[in-house]
Amino acid sequence: MRTTGTVQKTETVPIQSSSDVVVVRQRVRAWTTDMKFSLVEQTKIITAASELGRNTLEHGGGGKMELSLVVNGARQGIQLCFSDQGPGIADIAQALKDGYSTGQGMGLGLSGSKRLMNEFEIDSKPGVGTSITAIRWK
Amino acid sequence: MERIPILRMGNYLLVTIQVDMHDKLALTLQDDLTNRITEVNAKGVLIDISSLEIVDSFIGRTLANIASMAKVLDAETVVVGMQPAVAITLVELGMSLPGIRTALNVESGMEYLRETVTGHEESDEDDGDSTED
Repeated sequence: MRTTGTVQKTETVPIQSSSDVVVVRQRVRAWTTDMKFSLVEQTKIITAASELGRNTLEHGGGGKMELSLVVNGARQGIQLCFSDQGPGIADIAQALKDGYSTGQGMGLGLSGSKRLMNEFEIDSKPGVGTSITAIRWK
Repeated sequence: MERIPILRMGNYLLVTIQVDMHDKLALTLQDDLTNRITEVNAKGVLIDISSLEIVDSFIGRTLANIASMAKVLDAETVVVGMQPAVAITLVELGMSLPGIRTALNVESGMEYLRETVTGHEESDEDDGDSTED
């Protein structure tokens, strides 16, 4: 599931502070509105972006989100790619469990946002960084 | 510093969240509200989230924390006006907000607070809970 579509247009949002996470939500809202996702779908995508953006900030020490419009045949989707140069995730399977948390959260960020999106991929190397790509198709 | 206003109406504190809250702002609200509860001896807190377009795990947890802190300080909390899309997303995210009392709108939220708060004061000796659900 590495390349599930052709990337059509992109936008990059830096994530360095908690107000940047608000900007992440606003940009994702603008994109999903433009792409005419339903209100419930928009809410799910923005919520997932908020969780992943916070992870990038809290666990990755900051990074960026790259928003893309992906096309696969007749299908259009929004792709969110969050990347950081943080410590990385040692055990991805464990990090994806509900309730698992290294921070002070509830451990729903990764597992929950995976449920809110259609495709979800984590690429992480300890000491190098993490990149998480999530797609929601229309 | 940016703050969310807290209004006082008798024994109650009312908060309407109208901005897209960043995490620090949510934590400031949590601190401000708990301080105000003790300052004015509030018995009820109503939080209107009808303008919130999303509630993620952080905001959800902050709301739950506010409700538990208020409870310890002898005040009831009710969260009102959650949009249907927000409710659907929260449950799918894995947060069903146990421990948070919700109501559909400000009016029924206030009604709940009045019933619970006066109920407490009148029936101190019979501690059987008269919850209707």
